[in-house]
Amino acid sequence: MDSPLRLITTEVTPAAELAKTVEALLVVATQPLPVEEIAVAAEVDVLHVGEALELLSEKYCEESSGIVLELVAGGWAFRASSAASEACSRLFEKPVEKGLSQAALETLAIVAYLGPVSRPEIARIRGVNVDGVIAGLAERGLIGEGGRDEEFGAIRYRTTPLFERVFGLESLASLPRVDDLGADVSEIRERLEAVAEKRPA
Amino acid sequence: MPVAVRELELDLDAFEGPFDLLLSLVLREELPLREVDLAEIVIAFVEHLDAKGELDLDACGEFLILISALLELKARAMFPEEEAELAELEPEEAAEELARRLAEYRRAKEAAGFLRERLDERRDLFFRIGPAPLAPKPERKLAQQDPQKLAQVLRLLAVEPPAPSTAHMALRFPPVAQFLDRWRSLLRRRTRFDFDQEVAGLSRVEIAVAFLALLELRKQNEIAIAQAAPFAPIRISRADAERSLSWTAHSA
Repeated sequence: MDSPLRLITTEVTPAAELAKTVEALLVVATQPLPVEEIAVAAEVDVLHVGEALELLSEKYCEESSGIVLELVAGGWAFRASSAASEACSRLFEKPVEKGLSQAALETLAIVAYLGPVSRPEIARIRGVNVDGVIAGLAERGLIGEGGRDEEFGAIRYRTTPLFERVFGLESLASLPRVDDLGADVSEIRERLEAVAEKRPA
Repeated sequence: MPVAVRELELDLDAFEGPFDLLLSLVLREELPLREVDLAEIVIAFVEHLDAKGELDLDACGEFLILISALLELKARAMFPEEEAELAELEPEEAAEELARRLAEYRRAKEAAGFLRERLDERRDLFFRIGPAPLAPKPERKLAQQDPQKLAQVLRLLAVEPPAPSTAHMALRFPPVAQFLDRWRSLLRRRTRFDFDQEVAGLSRVEIAVAFLALLELRKQNEIAIAQAAPFAPIRISRADAERSLSWTAHSA
């Protein structure tokens, strides 16, 4: 490899050797580890970490292992394979995502797209009070406080890395584009007008 | 209110019971309207009509009036600051605004659908979560420190503070009469005396009371007070023998 970075690296670690270190870091971590953090901990540059992660991804995949390496919430993390899900479910709970209501998912979607966003703004879009839903989501750790509204001082909320992890998103950028969601204004407008025409004047 | 409407049984998230109770709770502001799902009430009413199998026009009319009033109340409660703004909109603009809001909500709903799909896909995937036991960041090293200096500072802190003075709490005024007697007896023995000399060694409060006694005697014309210049010694002398005598006789 002719990477110029290689010239300034004082110690060249073979990828397989580095992979062991990365593997060890990942097994201790309880949160996805960004490549940069792995590089700092292993005292190598980011490019080498990438090579090591490539090796590990081949090793830890659904086909060959009970442990699966995935890129989620901006970092790398181990999870159980789906083949082991039944055994896992007999022993472990999933308290964060258990019983999320439609109201909670709608609110979560609004926070994910518009965050940081305040409660009144969310209530405006959903058309109902969202205080209880917000409190529940915060308790689950799916949303957190992200500053205050400059004008009214209301707390603004944003989604957490745990949200991305639970929903298997690499980052918020993995959400569908806003333009691809829902009917556009003109279509709804047409339907409103169709209803209005049926109504006697 | 027709019975069919009044006794409509509701089972909502925020309320459970007959419709007329809901109304009175809302009117008494004991139940926040924004927590009441009005659509559920409409559905309950329609189901109720369906179950009865006959169309009660009175009940329907009454229900429409009540539910639309509730809707308006709820809308006003939710967008108080926009009331004026919306009222000024032309029908055309209002329709546009309504369509925009519906579209906004529709997007949120579809995004929620996407999240639901993701959740279902990952339903069977387990992973470890919890506070990451990260090592603390290496702290900035302090320069070489002298333990003696620390001991010195600690010693300063260890010194017992002076006991607070409570002298002001025991402020006692001696009676003016005590000094009246004293000055009178003094003037019986001597014709004049120096105030500062006589009060030397007394407390400030006692000196003040002693001075008040002087003023009292002066008022009674028993004495004459003289001071050559400000802050010079105050000299007291008997007024005149005759007056003093008459006063003595009087006081006796």
